[in-house]
Amino acid sequence: MLVVTAVAILITMTLALIRATLGPTVFDRVLAINMFGTKTVLLICVVDFMTGRDDFLDLALLYSLMNFIGMVTLLRFTEYGSFGEEPVE
Amino acid sequence: MSLFLDLLSWVFLLSGAFFSIVGGIGILRLPEFFSRLHGGGITDTLGAALIIVGLMFQAGLSLASFKLFVILFFLYVTSPSSCHALARSALNHGLKPVLDPPRKLKATSDGAVIKEADGSK
Repeated sequence: MLVVTAVAILITMTLALIRATLGPTVFDRVLAINMFGTKTVLLICVVDFMTGRDDFLDLALLYSLMNFIGMVTLLRFTEYGSFGEEPVE
Repeated sequence: MSLFLDLLSWVFLLSGAFFSIVGGIGILRLPEFFSRLHGGGITDTLGAALIIVGLMFQAGLSLASFKLFVILFFLYVTSPSSCHALARSALNHGLKPVLDPPRKLKATSDGAVIKEADGSK
């Protein structure tokens, strides 16, 4: 069952990558890459239980924190139009 | 009891895989950006939650289960808010959602609209 779940997650990642390649606007690409990051966290969790190694969960935790930082960056950029640096004169 | 937990875990994992693939097909096939957000939202919340809860049933009460809970919490905080930020920035940058064509006059002047106007008096 874990193998079926891992294969399903891999198929979803492939579909998201196809959308990120095709995407007509930049927002489609950002959405697809966001989904790809979430699926990466899930795939690491499933692989942890497939191989029985407990330390993979820490990597998954790290990836979800990186997703959080990426989300904050995206939010700042859409709110202010810059990443918080000094405005260029 | 162990068999029951295994069965429950398999049901959660398989339904999570199903919703994940459905969201992937949705993000590829839906016609425009704002409907693709819907497909992305399904996999980011429902698929992730089902798969991680299925793994928690396999782990039992342990440190791994707690780590999975923390991962689920972070996914639940980050994915919907990033979808929201994405939709708002797309609206701000002038991307309009594609709506249905407006209905005919005959359909808009039926009994439901008149009843609603009476109720508001």
